[in-house]
Amino acid sequence: MTETTSQPRAMGRPLARLEGADKVTGRAPYAYEHALEDPLYLHPVLSTFARGRVTGVDASEAEALEGVRAVLTPGNAERLADTEDREFAVLQSDEVAFHGQFVAAVVADTPETARQAAGLVRVDYERSQHDVVLTVDHEGLYRPESEGGPASDTEQGEVEEALERAEFLVDHTYSTPTEHNNPMEPHTTVALWEEEAGRLTLYDSTQGVHVVRASVAAVFGLELEQVRVVAPHVGGGFGSKGEAHAHDVLAAMAARALPGRPVKFALTRQQMFCLVGYRTPTIQRVRLGADREGRLGVLVHDSVEQTSTVKEFPEQSAMCSRWMYAAPHRRTTHRMAALDVPVNFWMRAPGEAPGMYALEAAMDELAQACGLDPVELRVRNEPETDPQSGNPWSDRQLVRCLREGAERFGWYGRDPAPGARREGDWLVGTGVASASYPHLFNPGSVAHVRYGDDGRYEVGIGAVDIGTGSWTALTQIAADALGCSADGVRLRIGDTALPEASVAGGSSGTSSWGTAIVTAARAFRAEHGDSPAPGASARASAAQDTVDEGYAVYSFGAHFAEVRVHSYTGEIRVPRMFGMFSVGRVVNPRTVRSQFLGGMVMGMSMALHEESFRDPRYGHIANGDFAEYHVPTNADVGDLRVDWLEGEDLRATPMGSRGVGEIGIVGTAAAVANAVHHATGVRVRDLPVTPDKVLR
Amino acid sequence: MRPFDYSRPAEASAAVAAVAGDPGAAYIGGGTNLVDRMKLGITRPTALVDVREVLSDRIEDLPDGWIRVGGAVPNSDLAAHPEVRRRFPVLSQALLAGASGQLRNAATTGGNLLQRTRCVYFQNRAMPCNKREPGTGCSAVGGYGRYNAVLGASEHCVATHPSDMAVAMTALGARVHVLGPAGERTVDMPGLHRLPGAEPERDTVLEHGDLITAVDLPHLPLALRSAYRKVRDRASYAFALVSVAAALDVVDGTVVDARVAFGGLAHAPWRAHRAEEVLRGGPTTEEAFREAGRAELAGADTGPGNAFKVPMAVNTLALVLRELTAEEAR
Repeated sequence: MTETTSQPRAMGRPLARLEGADKVTGRAPYAYEHALEDPLYLHPVLSTFARGRVTGVDASEAEALEGVRAVLTPGNAERLADTEDREFAVLQSDEVAFHGQFVAAVVADTPETARQAAGLVRVDYERSQHDVVLTVDHEGLYRPESEGGPASDTEQGEVEEALERAEFLVDHTYSTPTEHNNPMEPHTTVALWEEEAGRLTLYDSTQGVHVVRASVAAVFGLELEQVRVVAPHVGGGFGSKGEAHAHDVLAAMAARALPGRPVKFALTRQQMFCLVGYRTPTIQRVRLGADREGRLGVLVHDSVEQTSTVKEFPEQSAMCSRWMYAAPHRRTTHRMAALDVPVNFWMRAPGEAPGMYALEAAMDELAQACGLDPVELRVRNEPETDPQSGNPWSDRQLVRCLREGAERFGWYGRDPAPGARREGDWLVGTGVASASYPHLFNPGSVAHVRYGDDGRYEVGIGAVDIGTGSWTALTQIAADALGCSADGVRLRIGDTALPEASVAGGSSGTSSWGTAIVTAARAFRAEHGDSPAPGASARASAAQDTVDEGYAVYSFGAHFAEVRVHSYTGEIRVPRMFGMFSVGRVVNPRTVRSQFLGGMVMGMSMALHEESFRDPRYGHIANGDFAEYHVPTNADVGDLRVDWLEGEDLRATPMGSRGVGEIGIVGTAAAVANAVHHATGVRVRDLPVTPDKVLR
Repeated sequence: MRPFDYSRPAEASAAVAAVAGDPGAAYIGGGTNLVDRMKLGITRPTALVDVREVLSDRIEDLPDGWIRVGGAVPNSDLAAHPEVRRRFPVLSQALLAGASGQLRNAATTGGNLLQRTRCVYFQNRAMPCNKREPGTGCSAVGGYGRYNAVLGASEHCVATHPSDMAVAMTALGARVHVLGPAGERTVDMPGLHRLPGAEPERDTVLEHGDLITAVDLPHLPLALRSAYRKVRDRASYAFALVSVAAALDVVDGTVVDARVAFGGLAHAPWRAHRAEEVLRGGPTTEEAFREAGRAELAGADTGPGNAFKVPMAVNTLALVLRELTAEEAR
């Protein structure tokens, strides 16, 4: 892929969100808000223990309530056609595999009645012993199968000998807790089953309408054409809406039990801590061995994680250690234990976010051990080629991000001594960490282009804007690909009535969909020339992976953070952060800046706040609401700045862009935790870094 | 949540009669805590009696130099009142440290005093909780312990009181006016909130049907030099890990009088009488302040989740008193 678009005119401009006015005036419908006639409302009943069997459901009191239309139970629920994916086996048996699993559901005329009735459903249980605590020596630890994906374990060179030879050795264990994605818009499915037409329509809060359609059609034994999924606007997902979850199945099941009436189901915030994925806790041991000059001879990264007995999801936290730094001897491993817990899943930068916390905290410890500046240590370990594949880098700009970032942040001249700077009662420190994220491309997206009677090009693709700015960015890409202005494009997304598109996940959306749009635009011009007749159309697929396989294609960045820790109270503040990134061409500086800032805030949140406390006795998340599961408030976010290196990477996509959704959270937590150490001299290796852990 | 009756009587006496005569009835003021509990299904009133119309929302001077705060005065108004800010900085600061601007606009003075613990086990119907369902046990003991009490707890309950305002009022010695079925009476703070003992379901000494109509703030010159400091896991919108309300009267480098109360440590706002005793007649040195804090916390009973509260409370008290005396020195 070397052919570029014609000189971009729309891309690179800070176009304001096209749907912004509709959103702030309440006219942009989110899943729950679609104006549908005569809706019903669903409220689920969740298991209150972690493992065992439902021995009986008494719904008589609930059913007697006026306005209750149906109570679904394991005894009366529809038998599903395909439950190979056991997350979707909703109400299919009496087995309970985690605290918070669906065990019944009420559908009623109002949300209040549904909720009241759900509280009246009496469920009898038989409890079994459960196992919900991950430990580094858990007897159930196993090596996950990689099945076509990256290998669970890798080894290069003579690791053990190199560890013995190292002049400086850092050997520490870092842990990250269970974290929940918590997008602002709760997971919501509104389902309508039209019996005669045999048609199921879902208004869903999802990162992929086609992804949900495929899952739901299979579960219910329907043809793809029988299912339509609509999602014009989505209020965040951070990975948790990347696939259908059990609530999609439950809503559809309720709709099929009550044909002709839409069934609305929005999870409560508390229910989101049980049913829609989360980041596994991780326990990561990192060993770095370096010579006198700080050059890594050996890098070992072993990660222990959990998954659910219901369904396996491996979080590949040690992956980042395969490409970040040069080291002739290297080992990475992943081990997991399947526990009686909900299904874990994608959360912004799955793998990289926890993995780079551990690696970059260890690099900080190594810098201190070697007496080197942390920026310089990283520069000295820059690999010339990809340590995994030996391939040349497509566009590796880590060193520039570090150096320019350091300059812009005011890093240089930093006193390396920990706990040595004080302003009043506040201890002050700074920290740095690298960021990186692989360029991912999902093949198979299809776009159509049609020239309308109004002289505008309609560009359609079943992509989803999850709040990141896809409406705007894809319009800009289409405008440049067609050689018209952004006003000349009428984009349509968010509906399976539009052509196939991959998920908004893995920072791959704009790359994958944009490539399909560019391909379709070229096909359109090839077929219809520059002066098409009204009604002219073309359709094309980005079926092939267009990424140049001879190159290692990654994005890079560097985070800098200033932290203040109160010497009496342990309170931690982050007055300023700076992020410098290299992501190829930036399609829309305004929305990309937002993505970086949002990622950095989420990374700071990971450093200081987020922790889902799973109670070992009951198996539930004890602090599962926004009062106790903390994310930063406005008052916690200081002077955040980002910038990026101008560039384009045509080996990645025909737009020259790479993804931007995830890199902002990668490494951030390490930069903050490293700054806390610099401020206080206290090294906290178990996130989050809270006041009690630094209090002296 | 279940259906409930709603009424808005025109007279306080009618409101009291309505609640006192119906064991399922509850008063509603701003509703900022009650409605949450109703949604969670942990408080299930059959009738709500709205008292915002019958209670005063005014702040008035009393002839003896006290200030009367109507039961329906919003937290925002109380925090912003010029005389409150001048005479009771500790109270204004405490109010502003609580909740968010939107909640403070809705929350009332009486309701703030009667808000219930946010203990995560109290708030979860699926969990045993003696406060919610007496006799079922306390699941906070041995569970998520970060917010658990370290002073005055019992084997039956380790919940903490969530209010900031009440901590300041406890330090000041506010007087609460109560209208009950038998007429009016007053309850002095501390004394409104109780420790859990064997009856953790009772947060206060009030009985069903009692209505807080006003809170009087005393004539207390030492409160001119007072402050509230709340330590929490983030900069805003979180309950206190530890908070300190303090006022000091210092003459010639010696503490003449002191008022100290802690939040986040106990089932009730914790008036630190022992700390006050240690402070009185002592020097204004940081070591003396720490000694006072250590004396108060000497009886703390901690677990792995909340042991940090002891040094945090001692440090925070020392910080607040040091800042108050630094002001004194200027």
